[in-house]
Amino acid sequence: METKGYLNMDLLRFTTAGSVDDGKSTLIGRLLYDSRAIFDDQLEAVERASAKRGSGEVDLSLLTDGLRAEREQGITIDVAYRYFATPKRKFIIADTPGHIQYTRNMVTGASTANLAIILVDARKGIQEQTNRHAFIASLLGIPHVVFCINKMDLVGYDQSVFQAIQKQLEDFSTKLEVRDLNFIPISALKGDNVVKRSTRMDWYQGTTLMYLLENIHIAGDLNHIDRRFPVQHVIRPMTREWHDFRGFAGQVAGGIFRVGEPVEVLPSGFRSTIRSIRIGQQEVPEAFAPQSVVMTLADEIDISRGDMITGTNSLPQTAQDVDVMLCWMNQRPLVPNGKYALRHTTREARCMVKEVAYKMDINTLRKLEGDKAIGMNDIGRVKLRTTVPLHFDPYTRNRNTGSLILIDEATNETVAAGMIV
Amino acid sequence: MHAYRLTHLKELESESIYILREVAAQFEHPALLFSGGKDSIVCFHLARKAFFPAKVPFPLLHVDTGHNFTETIEFRDRLVEKYGVELLVGSVQKSIDEGKVQEETGFYASRNKLQIATLLEAIETHKIDCAIGGARRDEEKARAKERVFSHRDEFGQWDPKNQRPEIWNLYNGRKRPGEHFRAFPISNWTEMDVWQYILQEQIEIPSIYFSHEREVFLRDGVIYANSPFMRLKPDEKPFTMRVRFRTIGDMSCTGAVDSPASTLEEIIEEVASTRTTERGSRMDDKRSEAAMEDRKKEGYF
Repeated sequence: METKGYLNMDLLRFTTAGSVDDGKSTLIGRLLYDSRAIFDDQLEAVERASAKRGSGEVDLSLLTDGLRAEREQGITIDVAYRYFATPKRKFIIADTPGHIQYTRNMVTGASTANLAIILVDARKGIQEQTNRHAFIASLLGIPHVVFCINKMDLVGYDQSVFQAIQKQLEDFSTKLEVRDLNFIPISALKGDNVVKRSTRMDWYQGTTLMYLLENIHIAGDLNHIDRRFPVQHVIRPMTREWHDFRGFAGQVAGGIFRVGEPVEVLPSGFRSTIRSIRIGQQEVPEAFAPQSVVMTLADEIDISRGDMITGTNSLPQTAQDVDVMLCWMNQRPLVPNGKYALRHTTREARCMVKEVAYKMDINTLRKLEGDKAIGMNDIGRVKLRTTVPLHFDPYTRNRNTGSLILIDEATNETVAAGMIV
Repeated sequence: MHAYRLTHLKELESESIYILREVAAQFEHPALLFSGGKDSIVCFHLARKAFFPAKVPFPLLHVDTGHNFTETIEFRDRLVEKYGVELLVGSVQKSIDEGKVQEETGFYASRNKLQIATLLEAIETHKIDCAIGGARRDEEKARAKERVFSHRDEFGQWDPKNQRPEIWNLYNGRKRPGEHFRAFPISNWTEMDVWQYILQEQIEIPSIYFSHEREVFLRDGVIYANSPFMRLKPDEKPFTMRVRFRTIGDMSCTGAVDSPASTLEEIIEEVASTRTTERGSRMDDKRSEAAMEDRKKEGYF
C-alpha cells in the first residue's frame, strides 16, 4: 500500500484571475483536458458545441461554458471550484470571474490559495485589472504569483513583446509583497507552454506552467515557527474508560507543537506542558499546520472555545484595538461607527468601526485619504475596537491568526474580510 | 514528502475534521445525513476521528425511500450498533401514507424526488439546525459553487445567487429562527480522493460496491438490479451478470456497472481509467451514472 504513488501526493490550491477575454477559461480547460480530468460526456458535449460553431479545433473554453452562460443571464456567480490531479499533485482551482464582483470573488478565491495565476493578454499588455489582480494576490498573502502572458500566438511568439510586459510587471510588483514571481509566455488556445513545451518559443528557457504547478515548493508557505493553536472544541467523553479526559480540539494555525513541551494558554496566561497529541485514535509526537488534532495538557486549566494555546516564547499580540485592511463584500456599505459581529480564529466577538483611515484605489494603489466611503468591492484601512481582546499576528506573518470576517448582525451576512496589519 | 508537509489525503482529512468540529461548535442540533453510500460513510469516519475519544456528538439521519438495497440497510444497522450512534429515520413511505407526497407511477417511477419533503419534515420534527451531507463540488457544475456552510431559508430553499462569501476557514453559521444550514465537510474531495481515502483508512463499505453476481436487466443502456420495486417492460428480460455499483441510491434509480473490480485497489484503477478513457464503449454507462448522480442530488441536496 505504501508504494502507491497516489497515497503520497500533496495538494496545491490556486486561483485564476483574468477575464474571459484573457483566455482564462481556455487555460483552465487546457489544464483539465491535458491532465485528463474531463469525462467523456463533458468532452463530447464540448466537441459537439465546437462543431456547431464551425471551429475546426475543440474550443476548450466551452468546458466552463455553463458558468459563462449563467453570467450572461446576469446571475452573480462567485467562485467555482474545480479539481484535477496529475501523478505528482492534486490541484484545487478557485476559478474567479473577472469582471463581476471581482474584489469579492477574487478575495474569496485568494484567501485559501498557495498560488495565483494572473493572465495577461500579450496583445494588450498590462491592463488596469492586471494591477488589481496582482494587488489582491499580494494583499491576501498568496506566496506565489505566476503571470501567464497569454495569446503569444497572436503576437508571432515575439520575445520582445514578452520581455516588455515582464519588465512592466516587475516594476509594478516592487510595490507589492509577493515572495515569488514567475513569468511564462503561453498560448492557452494552442497549448504552448501550458502542459507541453512550446517549440515556437526557443528563446524561453523557463518551465511550462504545468511543470511549475507540479513542482513549486510550497512546504515553506505555512508558518512553522510561531506556535498557535486556537481551541475549537473541548472534548470530554465522560465515559468510564475516559473518565478524566479533557482534550482540546483544533487545527494548528502555526508552529510545531511537541509532546512534553511547555505551552501558554491565552487569555488566562496559565502555563502547562503538552501531555498528548492525537489525530483520531492515533497518538502522535508532534503536530503542525494545518493538522487537526486533539491536545491534552499536564495540568487542569480552564480552557474553552476561542482560547489559544501558544508557545511560551513567541506570543501573539493581544489587543482590543486592531488595524485591518478591509475588503467590503456587501451591497450595504460600511457604516462608520457601526457595530458588527466578528469572527477571528475560533473566537467570536463584536466590534465597532472606530475610524476609516483611507480607501485604496486598487487600480493605482493610491491611498484616497479623503474618501472614506467603503462600499461593495472596496478595500480600505480601518480601526476596529473589539468587545474582547483578540490574540493575533499580523496577516503577513500568519494568514490563519491574522484574518477575520465581519458579519452584519441584522442580516447575518458576511460583509467583509479583514487582514490585520 | 517534506517533513512538515501533508499528503493530499491528510490535508483534506484535516480540513474536513475542522469543518465537522465547527458544525458541532456553531449549531445546537446538527445531524449527519446518512444514506449508507460511500460518501456518507467517509463523513461518519471523519466524524469519529474528529471527536475521539468522545462519541460522535450528533445523530445520523437516514431518509429512507423504502426501496433500499438489503445490503445497505444491513450495513447501516451494523454500523449503528457497532459505534452506538443514534439513528433517526425519515420515511418516504410514511410521507406517502400520510398523503404528504404522491407516489410516481409508470416504468420510470422513482422515490428520489419525494425524499425532499421527507427530509425537510425530519429536519423540522427533530429541530435539526444543520444537516451535514457528503456532497462534493466535483460532482456537478452547480455544486462547484456550493458553500461549505450553506444557508437554507425557512422553506429549506437554497438561493445560489445570494450566497454568503466564504473566506479562509472562517465559516459563518449565523441564522434566524426557522432557518437551517447544510454543511458539506468533503466539499473539496473528488470521487478519486474518497476511494483512495477508503483504501488508506481501510474503511468498511457495503459489499455491493464490489463486483458480485446479480440478477439485472437493461433499460436505455443502463444496467439495473432486478427488484420488486421495478416494473419491467414486456421486452425487458432479467439475466445474471457480474456487476458492482459505483454509487448507491435507492434501487429504482441506481445503475450498476459491468465490472470485475473486487478490491479497493481494483476500484481505484477502474475509476482512474474511466477518467482517462476519452471515447470508450462504456459511454452509456458513464452518461447514465452522471444522470443518476443528478437525480440523487435533487433528492438529497
